[in-house]
Amino acid sequence: MAAEGDSKELVFHPMDQFIVKPLFGDGPVGLFTVTNVTMWMVLSILCIIALLVLGTNGKKTVPTRMQSIAELAYGFIRKMVEDVAGKDALPYFPYIMTLFMFIVFSNFLGLIPGSFTTTSHIAVTAVMAMAVFLAVTILGFVKNGVGFFSLFWISSAPLPLRPILALIEVISYFVRPVSHSIRLAGNMMAGHAVIKVFAAFAPMVLISTGIGLVVTPLSILAITAIYALEVLVSFIQAYVFTILTCVYLKDALHPHH
Amino acid sequence: MEGDVVQMGAYIGAGLACTGMGGAAVGVGHVVGNFLSGALRNPSAAGGQTATMFIGIAFSEALGIFSFLVALLLMFAV
Repeated sequence: MAAEGDSKELVFHPMDQFIVKPLFGDGPVGLFTVTNVTMWMVLSILCIIALLVLGTNGKKTVPTRMQSIAELAYGFIRKMVEDVAGKDALPYFPYIMTLFMFIVFSNFLGLIPGSFTTTSHIAVTAVMAMAVFLAVTILGFVKNGVGFFSLFWISSAPLPLRPILALIEVISYFVRPVSHSIRLAGNMMAGHAVIKVFAAFAPMVLISTGIGLVVTPLSILAITAIYALEVLVSFIQAYVFTILTCVYLKDALHPHH
Repeated sequence: MEGDVVQMGAYIGAGLACTGMGGAAVGVGHVVGNFLSGALRNPSAAGGQTATMFIGIAFSEALGIFSFLVALLLMFAV
Protein backbone atom coordinates (compact mmCIF):
# COMPACT_ATOMS: atom_id res chain seq x y z
CA MET A 1 0.00 0.00 0.00
CA ALA A 2 1.56 3.29 -1.08
CA ALA A 3 1.63 6.31 1.21
CA GLU A 4 -0.85 8.98 0.08
CA GLY A 5 0.33 12.59 -0.03
CA ASP A 6 -1.28 14.31 2.96
CA SER A 7 -2.81 11.22 4.51
CA LYS A 8 -3.18 11.38 8.28
CA GLU A 9 -4.04 7.68 8.38
CA LEU A 10 -1.53 5.01 9.29
CA VAL A 11 0.03 3.57 6.14
CA PHE A 12 -0.66 0.06 7.41
CA HIS A 13 -2.63 -1.26 10.31
CA PRO A 14 -0.43 -2.45 13.21
CA MET A 15 -2.43 -5.67 13.54
CA ASP A 16 -2.11 -6.56 9.85
CA GLN A 17 1.00 -8.61 10.57
CA PHE A 18 -1.05 -11.17 12.51
CA ILE A 19 -3.43 -12.08 9.66
CA VAL A 20 -3.38 -15.76 8.79
CA LYS A 21 -3.23 -16.11 5.00
CA PRO A 22 -3.02 -19.21 2.82
CA LEU A 23 0.48 -19.63 1.45
CA PHE A 24 -0.69 -20.57 -2.07
CA GLY A 25 -3.65 -18.73 -3.67
CA ASP A 26 -6.30 -16.81 -1.70
CA GLY A 27 -8.84 -19.50 -0.89
CA PRO A 28 -10.53 -19.71 2.52
CA VAL A 29 -8.43 -20.98 5.42
CA GLY A 30 -9.61 -24.46 6.29
CA LEU A 31 -8.38 -27.06 8.74
CA PHE A 32 -5.66 -28.38 6.42
CA THR A 33 -4.78 -25.23 4.46
CA VAL A 34 -1.05 -24.52 4.30
CA THR A 35 -0.81 -20.98 5.68
CA ASN A 36 1.99 -18.61 6.60
CA VAL A 37 1.65 -19.94 10.17
CA THR A 38 2.42 -23.44 8.91
CA MET A 39 5.45 -22.15 7.05
CA TRP A 40 6.95 -20.32 10.04
CA MET A 41 6.26 -23.24 12.36
CA VAL A 42 8.02 -25.61 9.97
CA LEU A 43 10.87 -23.11 9.69
CA SER A 44 11.32 -22.92 13.45
CA ILE A 45 11.28 -26.73 13.71
CA LEU A 46 13.89 -26.92 10.93
CA CYS A 47 16.03 -24.38 12.80
CA ILE A 48 15.81 -26.44 16.01
CA ILE A 49 16.74 -29.61 14.15
CA ALA A 50 19.63 -27.82 12.47
CA LEU A 51 20.92 -26.47 15.77
CA LEU A 52 20.64 -29.69 17.73
CA VAL A 53 21.69 -32.13 15.00
CA LEU A 54 24.54 -30.09 13.54
CA GLY A 55 25.53 -28.95 17.01
CA THR A 56 25.95 -32.47 18.36
CA ASN A 57 27.40 -33.91 15.15
CA GLY A 58 31.12 -33.53 15.83
CA LYS A 59 31.08 -33.77 19.65
CA LYS A 60 34.46 -32.14 20.03
CA THR A 61 36.10 -31.71 23.43
CA VAL A 62 36.60 -28.05 22.61
CA PRO A 63 33.10 -27.23 21.34
CA THR A 64 32.42 -25.19 18.25
CA ARG A 65 30.09 -22.23 18.58
CA MET A 66 27.07 -24.24 17.46
CA GLN A 67 27.88 -27.11 19.77
CA SER A 68 28.21 -24.84 22.77
CA ILE A 69 24.85 -23.19 22.04
CA ALA A 70 23.21 -26.60 21.81
CA GLU A 71 24.94 -27.74 25.01
CA LEU A 72 24.04 -24.53 26.83
CA ALA A 73 20.37 -24.88 25.88
CA TYR A 74 20.33 -28.51 26.99
CA GLY A 75 22.08 -27.82 30.28
CA PHE A 76 19.96 -24.75 31.01
CA ILE A 77 16.65 -26.60 30.67
CA ARG A 78 17.90 -29.71 32.43
CA LYS A 79 19.03 -27.67 35.41
CA MET A 80 15.71 -25.82 35.45
CA VAL A 81 13.71 -29.05 35.50
CA GLU A 82 15.94 -30.49 38.22
CA ASP A 83 15.84 -27.36 40.40
CA VAL A 84 12.16 -26.51 40.09
CA ALA A 85 10.41 -29.87 39.60
CA GLY A 86 12.89 -32.18 41.33
CA LYS A 87 14.97 -35.16 40.29
CA ASP A 88 12.00 -37.45 39.65
CA ALA A 89 10.70 -35.05 36.99
CA LEU A 90 13.65 -35.79 34.72
CA PRO A 91 11.75 -38.42 32.67
CA TYR A 92 9.57 -35.54 31.42
CA PHE A 93 12.58 -33.39 30.51
CA PRO A 94 12.38 -34.11 26.72
CA TYR A 95 8.87 -32.68 26.54
CA ILE A 96 9.85 -29.53 28.41
CA MET A 97 12.97 -29.13 26.27
CA THR A 98 10.81 -29.46 23.14
CA LEU A 99 8.40 -26.81 24.42
CA PHE A 100 11.19 -24.39 25.27
CA MET A 101 13.05 -24.81 21.99
CA PHE A 102 9.88 -24.42 19.94
CA ILE A 103 8.73 -21.29 21.77
CA VAL A 104 12.12 -19.63 21.82
CA PHE A 105 12.72 -20.28 18.12
CA SER A 106 9.22 -19.15 17.13
CA ASN A 107 9.72 -15.97 19.15
CA PHE A 108 13.12 -15.24 17.68
CA LEU A 109 12.08 -16.02 14.10
CA GLY A 110 9.14 -13.68 14.62
CA LEU A 111 11.61 -10.87 15.30
CA ILE A 112 12.90 -10.99 11.72
CA PRO A 113 11.32 -7.99 9.96
CA GLY A 114 8.46 -9.10 7.72
CA SER A 115 8.15 -12.50 9.33
CA PHE A 116 5.21 -14.00 11.17
CA THR A 117 5.19 -14.68 14.91
CA THR A 118 3.36 -17.97 15.36
CA THR A 119 3.34 -17.66 19.15
CA SER A 120 1.44 -14.36 18.93
CA HIS A 121 -1.72 -16.35 18.22
CA ILE A 122 -3.71 -17.52 21.22
CA ALA A 123 -4.76 -20.57 19.18
CA VAL A 124 -1.14 -21.73 19.03
CA THR A 125 -0.25 -21.05 22.65
CA ALA A 126 -3.60 -22.37 23.91
CA VAL A 127 -2.88 -25.75 22.34
CA MET A 128 0.50 -25.89 24.09
CA ALA A 129 -0.96 -24.73 27.41
CA MET A 130 -3.89 -27.17 27.21
CA ALA A 131 -1.48 -29.99 26.39
CA VAL A 132 0.56 -29.14 29.49
CA PHE A 133 -2.57 -28.79 31.63
CA LEU A 134 -4.10 -32.11 30.52
CA ALA A 135 -0.80 -33.97 30.73
CA VAL A 136 -0.09 -32.65 34.21
CA THR A 137 -3.60 -33.39 35.49
CA ILE A 138 -3.60 -36.94 34.11
CA LEU A 139 -0.09 -37.49 35.44
CA GLY A 140 -1.14 -36.26 38.86
CA PHE A 141 -4.00 -38.75 39.04
CA VAL A 142 -1.90 -41.61 37.65
CA LYS A 143 0.96 -41.00 40.11
CA ASN A 144 -1.04 -40.14 43.23
CA GLY A 145 -4.54 -41.47 42.61
CA VAL A 146 -7.11 -39.74 44.82
CA GLY A 147 -4.22 -38.24 46.79
CA PHE A 148 -3.88 -35.67 44.02
CA PHE A 149 -6.84 -33.83 45.59
CA SER A 150 -4.62 -32.94 48.54
CA LEU A 151 -3.19 -30.29 46.23
CA PHE A 152 -6.40 -28.36 46.91
CA TRP A 153 -6.69 -29.29 50.61
CA ILE A 154 -3.97 -27.28 52.34
CA SER A 155 -3.32 -29.21 55.55
CA SER A 156 -1.05 -26.53 57.02
CA ALA A 157 -3.87 -23.96 57.10
CA PRO A 158 -6.33 -23.66 60.05
CA LEU A 159 -9.29 -26.01 59.63
CA PRO A 160 -12.07 -23.38 59.21
CA LEU A 161 -10.10 -21.71 56.44
CA ARG A 162 -9.47 -24.88 54.47
CA PRO A 163 -12.77 -25.08 52.47
CA ILE A 164 -12.39 -21.46 51.37
CA LEU A 165 -8.77 -22.02 50.41
CA ALA A 166 -9.76 -25.20 48.59
CA LEU A 167 -12.26 -23.23 46.50
CA ILE A 168 -9.62 -20.64 45.65
CA GLU A 169 -7.09 -23.36 44.82
CA VAL A 170 -9.55 -25.12 42.50
CA ILE A 171 -10.33 -21.88 40.68
CA SER A 172 -6.65 -21.01 40.34
CA TYR A 173 -5.97 -24.53 39.10
CA PHE A 174 -8.48 -24.21 36.28
CA VAL A 175 -7.42 -20.75 35.12
CA ARG A 176 -3.85 -22.03 34.72
CA PRO A 177 -4.15 -22.86 31.01
CA VAL A 178 -5.79 -19.47 30.37
CA SER A 179 -3.07 -17.39 31.98
CA HIS A 180 -0.37 -19.74 30.73
CA SER A 181 -1.36 -19.29 27.09
CA ILE A 182 -2.43 -15.65 27.06
CA ARG A 183 0.76 -14.54 28.84
CA LEU A 184 2.89 -15.72 25.94
CA ALA A 185 0.53 -14.69 23.14
CA GLY A 186 -0.23 -11.30 24.71
CA ASN A 187 3.41 -10.43 25.25
CA MET A 188 4.42 -11.36 21.73
CA MET A 189 1.44 -9.65 20.12
CA ALA A 190 1.69 -6.41 22.13
CA GLY A 191 5.42 -5.97 21.47
CA HIS A 192 5.13 -6.53 17.74
CA ALA A 193 2.11 -4.24 17.47
CA VAL A 194 4.01 -1.46 19.27
CA ILE A 195 6.93 -1.80 16.86
CA LYS A 196 4.53 -1.58 13.94
CA VAL A 197 2.84 1.52 15.38
CA PHE A 198 6.19 3.34 15.54
CA ALA A 199 7.10 2.00 12.11
CA ALA A 200 3.93 3.59 10.78
CA PHE A 201 4.71 6.89 12.53
CA ALA A 202 8.08 7.28 10.87
CA PRO A 203 6.97 7.87 7.24
CA MET A 204 3.52 9.34 8.00
CA VAL A 205 4.63 12.55 9.67
CA LEU A 206 7.58 13.12 7.36
CA ILE A 207 5.26 13.36 4.38
CA SER A 208 2.64 15.68 5.83
CA THR A 209 4.62 18.35 7.75
CA GLY A 210 8.08 19.51 8.69
CA ILE A 211 7.64 18.06 12.20
CA GLY A 212 8.76 14.83 10.60
CA LEU A 213 12.35 15.99 10.91
CA VAL A 214 12.00 15.50 14.68
CA VAL A 215 9.46 12.71 14.82
CA THR A 216 11.05 10.40 12.27
CA PRO A 217 14.45 10.01 13.99
CA LEU A 218 12.68 9.68 17.35
CA SER A 219 10.40 6.92 16.13
CA ILE A 220 13.29 5.08 14.50
CA LEU A 221 15.11 5.34 17.84
CA ALA A 222 12.00 4.03 19.59
CA ILE A 223 11.77 1.09 17.16
CA THR A 224 15.39 0.21 17.91
CA ALA A 225 14.86 0.41 21.67
CA ILE A 226 11.63 -1.59 21.63
CA TYR A 227 13.21 -4.16 19.33
CA ALA A 228 16.00 -4.67 21.87
CA LEU A 229 13.40 -5.05 24.59
CA GLU A 230 11.52 -7.54 22.42
CA VAL A 231 14.63 -9.72 22.05
CA LEU A 232 14.77 -9.88 25.84
CA VAL A 233 11.01 -10.47 26.19
CA SER A 234 11.11 -13.25 23.57
CA PHE A 235 13.58 -15.19 25.66
CA ILE A 236 12.03 -14.40 29.04
CA GLN A 237 8.54 -15.43 27.95
CA ALA A 238 9.83 -18.76 26.65
CA TYR A 239 11.66 -19.18 29.97
CA VAL A 240 8.55 -18.29 31.97
CA PHE A 241 6.39 -20.69 29.96
CA THR A 242 8.80 -23.56 30.60
CA ILE A 243 9.38 -22.74 34.25
CA LEU A 244 5.62 -22.65 34.87
CA THR A 245 5.37 -26.02 33.15
CA CYS A 246 7.98 -27.26 35.64
CA VAL A 247 6.00 -25.79 38.56
CA TYR A 248 2.81 -27.51 37.39
CA LEU A 249 4.75 -30.73 36.94
CA LYS A 250 6.06 -30.44 40.50
CA ASP A 251 2.48 -29.98 41.75
CA ALA A 252 1.45 -33.14 39.92
CA LEU A 253 4.34 -35.23 41.25
CA HIS A 254 4.25 -33.88 44.85
CA PRO A 255 0.75 -32.57 45.55
CA HIS A 256 1.23 -32.52 49.33
CA HIS A 257 1.87 -29.03 50.63
CA MET B 1 -28.38 3.36 16.85
CA GLU B 2 -28.76 0.85 19.65
CA GLY B 3 -25.95 -1.27 18.25
CA ASP B 4 -23.71 1.80 18.15
CA VAL B 5 -24.33 2.50 21.84
CA VAL B 6 -23.56 -1.12 22.70
CA GLN B 7 -20.37 -1.00 20.69
CA MET B 8 -19.36 2.30 22.27
CA GLY B 9 -19.92 0.78 25.70
CA ALA B 10 -17.83 -2.24 24.73
CA TYR B 11 -14.98 -0.05 23.53
CA ILE B 12 -15.08 2.16 26.66
CA GLY B 13 -15.18 -0.98 28.79
CA ALA B 14 -12.20 -2.44 26.95
CA GLY B 15 -10.25 0.75 27.59
CA LEU B 16 -11.22 0.73 31.26
CA ALA B 17 -10.26 -2.93 31.58
CA CYS B 18 -6.78 -2.05 30.44
CA THR B 19 -6.25 0.03 33.61
CA GLY B 20 -5.93 -3.33 35.37
CA MET B 21 -2.64 -3.79 33.57
CA GLY B 22 -1.27 -0.89 35.60
CA GLY B 23 -1.89 -2.93 38.72
CA ALA B 24 0.00 -5.84 37.22
CA ALA B 25 2.85 -3.49 36.37
CA VAL B 26 3.01 -2.29 39.98
CA GLY B 27 2.96 -5.90 41.17
CA VAL B 28 5.74 -7.04 38.87
CA GLY B 29 7.85 -4.02 39.78
CA HIS B 30 7.30 -4.76 43.46
CA VAL B 31 8.42 -8.38 43.03
CA VAL B 32 11.57 -7.48 41.10
CA GLY B 33 12.43 -4.54 43.34
CA ASN B 34 12.18 -6.63 46.47
CA PHE B 35 14.17 -9.41 44.84
CA LEU B 36 16.88 -6.94 43.94
CA SER B 37 17.04 -5.37 47.40
CA GLY B 38 17.31 -8.84 48.91
CA ALA B 39 19.84 -9.95 46.32
CA LEU B 40 22.10 -6.98 46.98
CA ARG B 41 22.13 -7.77 50.70
CA ASN B 42 23.08 -11.39 50.11
CA PRO B 43 24.41 -11.79 46.55
CA SER B 44 25.56 -15.37 47.14
CA ALA B 45 22.00 -16.56 47.72
CA ALA B 46 20.54 -14.57 44.82
CA GLY B 47 21.44 -16.96 42.00
CA GLY B 48 19.36 -19.80 43.38
CA GLN B 49 16.28 -17.64 43.76
CA THR B 50 16.05 -16.24 40.23
CA ALA B 51 13.60 -18.98 39.26
CA THR B 52 11.42 -18.11 42.25
CA MET B 53 11.42 -14.48 41.14
CA PHE B 54 10.23 -15.42 37.68
CA ILE B 55 7.48 -17.59 39.12
CA GLY B 56 6.40 -14.66 41.29
CA ILE B 57 6.43 -12.35 38.27
CA ALA B 58 4.36 -14.84 36.31
CA PHE B 59 1.75 -15.13 39.03
CA SER B 60 1.35 -11.41 39.54
CA GLU B 61 1.35 -10.87 35.80
CA ALA B 62 -1.52 -13.35 35.45
CA LEU B 63 -3.94 -10.82 36.94
CA GLY B 64 -2.91 -8.26 34.35
CA ILE B 65 -3.50 -10.90 31.71
CA PHE B 66 -7.05 -11.34 32.95
CA SER B 67 -7.75 -7.66 32.41
CA PHE B 68 -6.28 -7.98 28.92
CA LEU B 69 -8.56 -10.98 28.40
CA VAL B 70 -11.59 -8.96 29.48
CA ALA B 71 -10.57 -6.22 27.04
CA LEU B 72 -10.21 -8.76 24.23
CA LEU B 73 -13.59 -10.30 25.03
CA LEU B 74 -15.25 -6.89 24.99
CA MET B 75 -13.62 -5.99 21.69
CA PHE B 76 -14.24 -9.21 19.78
CA ALA B 77 -16.74 -11.40 21.61
CA VAL B 78 -19.49 -9.05 22.85
